This record gives sequence, C-alpha cells and structure tokens, in this order.
Amino acid sequence: MRMKPPPDVPGVKGSTATEDLLRGIWKENPTLVLLLGMCPTMAITNSVSNSFAMGVITGFVMILSAIVVSTIRRVVTHEVRVATYILIIATFVQLADILSEAYIPDAHKALGAFIPLIVGNCLVLGRQEAFSSRNTVWRSTLDGIGMSAGFTLGLCLVGTVREILGSGTWFGLRVMPPNFEPWVIMNLPPGGFLGFGLVLLALAAWNQRRMRPAPARIVIEPAHAQRSASTAAVAMGSAR
Amino acid sequence: MRTHVWIFLSAMLVSNFTLVMFLGLCSFLGVTNKVATAIRLGLADTFVLIITSISATILNKWVLTTAPYLRIVSFIIVIASMVQITEMAVKKWSPTLFRELGIYLPLITTNCAILALAIFQTNRGYGFAEGLTFSIGAGAGLTLALILMASIREKLELADVPAVAKGTATVLFIAGALSMAFMGFAGLMSAT
Repeated sequence: MRMKPPPDVPGVKGSTATEDLLRGIWKENPTLVLLLGMCPTMAITNSVSNSFAMGVITGFVMILSAIVVSTIRRVVTHEVRVATYILIIATFVQLADILSEAYIPDAHKALGAFIPLIVGNCLVLGRQEAFSSRNTVWRSTLDGIGMSAGFTLGLCLVGTVREILGSGTWFGLRVMPPNFEPWVIMNLPPGGFLGFGLVLLALAAWNQRRMRPAPARIVIEPAHAQRSASTAAVAMGSAR
Repeated sequence: MRTHVWIFLSAMLVSNFTLVMFLGLCSFLGVTNKVATAIRLGLADTFVLIITSISATILNKWVLTTAPYLRIVSFIIVIASMVQITEMAVKKWSPTLFRELGIYLPLITTNCAILALAIFQTNRGYGFAEGLTFSIGAGAGLTLALILMASIREKLELADVPAVAKGTATVLFIAGALSMAFMGFAGLMSAT
C-alpha cells in the first residue's frame, strides 16, 4: 500500500468538528479523490448491495479502530506504532468477520475473502496513522464516520454503474427497460476496472467543466483563426 | 505432479492475483511506471509470498488448530515480522539490493495479495508442497501483470491521451483490457 499523506495536514487547529466529519465525504473522498483502498472498490462492486455491505463493515472496523487508536495515542511509542495499529485493526476485522457471518450470512458469503482483507486496506491504516494517532477521541470518531461514509459512497457509485450496466437492476430493482441487453462484462472482473474507470472519467470531466480557466479561449483563437483561414484557402483552391 | 502444474497455472493465469482477483492493486497502479522497477517489485513480492506460504503452513499445522479465531491476527503479525526480518537481512547482506528495492520492501507488508495468499491457502487446505507451488505461481502471475502494465505505460508516455482521461482513468481502462485478455485463460479450466 501507499501511505499517501492527505493534501492538507490533518488535525490543524483551525478545522472544526463539522469539517472533520465532512472532509471524507466529498473533499477528500477516500475512493474518488485519495484513491485509497482500491482492492475492494473493484473486487466486490458488482452489485450495489454488496458495495453497501462492504462499506458498512469497513466503516465498523474503521470507526472502532479510530476510537481505540486515539485513546492510546500517548502510550504507543513511535517505533512500534504501525505494528500496534495493524494489530488493533486485525482484531476488529476478525470481530467483523465473525459478526457478519452470524448476522448477515448472505453478505458474508458474497464478500468472501474480502472481509479478512480489510486488514490490508490502506485507507483504514492510513487514517489511523494520519489522523487518529494525533487527534482526540471525539474528532477521530468524527473523521472515522466521515471517511467511512465517503468510502461507502464511492463503492456504491461504482456499484451503481456496474449493476445498472451489468444486470439492468439497482439494489435488486429493475431499472432498465425490459429489452435492455445486460453488459455481462461489467459483472466479470474486467468490469471492476472499467466501471471504476468510467466513474473517475465522469468525475474528471465534471471537474474540468466546472473549473475551465477563462484565458484558455484566447490561446486557442489564433490557431483556430489560422485553421479556418487555411481551410478557406483549401476551399478556394478546390473551387478554383 | 499434475496437481502441482495445475495449481501453478491456475494461480498464475486463470485466477491471476492482480487482474482477476483484484489483489495488490495499490502497487499495481502506483509503481508500474518503469519495467525495471516492476520486475524488481515482482521478485520481492514473490519472495515474500513464498515465505508467507511456509509460515502459514506452520501456523495452521501447529498453532491455529486450537484457536481458529486468531487466524487473521496471527497471519498479519507473522507477515509483518517476516517482512521486517527480510528487510534487515537484505540490508545486512546486500546493501545494493536493499537500495534498489527501497521503499517497496516495507510496503509489501500491507499488500493484500500476501494476506490473501495465506487465507486462500488455508481455505483450500493446501499442504506444504501445494502451498509452495501456489505461492510461486501467484508470485509469477503478479510479476507478469506488473511487467505487462509497466510495458504498456512506458509506451503510453508518448501517446496523445485526452486531458480528461489522463492519469488513473486511462490506467484503469488498460487494466480492464488486460483483465479481459486474462479471462481467456479460463478456457484452460475446461482443458483439464
């Protein structure tokens, strides 16, 4: 995994509790902006219900780990911190694995090996290292809730694209017209890459449209004028 | 012998860890800019996979029989310490190799492919020899995927990609195409 430091230093004195909560949902969305925790984003997003279950289970692990890590943040020495965090996360993942097997067996079966693999999710460890290890319990909890919500949102977005195109349904409900031929490829492994690629592409296009710089047009103009002049010349030539 | 060949091919091609099972995507998307780096990372991954497979077999046989609920915790501890020991050993015996691998060596700890190998091996009930074949196959598949991706991305440097699609989106579409190509190997399954 890559421990990518978040764009702004977390735990800045100026940031309020609301900002801690909202940061993960949009501005630093873990899936769509930070690109953390990619494996589940592509592996289990073949339906919205799976994506949602995965988001909730990851959130369970992340929030509880954030609480424990921020509680013991002054006790843990710098050298052994990552090992300690991994151990805490692994404990909660094991708990989540057992609990989900007991209470939501269908989701547990569908997600398979990807529940134990939450341990290796860069997002969970990354937030402990970047935020919970330096902030109070309350703010770490808020950050955990925000990041989990953002992660679930990202997963569900990819899941929506894949399920609508791949099976013509959304959350099990039929949304496409009956003569729609499902794109089977979106349910298969390549669909994970393609579906997430489509979501990122749409997001980039939207960002570009929103933040299109005004001077760009002035730069384009001479080239445009030149081209139209040359096409005019060609047209004239052909006319002649 | 036939079983071993089949385990190897299945781990390397039919259910390729990166392109079909979506494991170890962080390094797959993050550090595949150069072929040389990709090869080195692939070999380091393979080495750690082999060590993990051996440790997982030992743990399953003698430690986890009485306490299966400690599986995830004990696997991750063993993997983390194994990577740490490997790192120290490499640093001591071959400083050149250590410098070449750089940051990738410690990062292997949280590569989910490593933990997944230990879990799959346990779930499928592989013994020592089968586990070893499985880990070598998985490592070969990982290296193959990394090299393929890095070669395409080296060529992509010169291509004219629309500004919107630059970056991760393009890489994901390439990965999708590679993944589609690897789905063709599913035909091997019916051959045996």
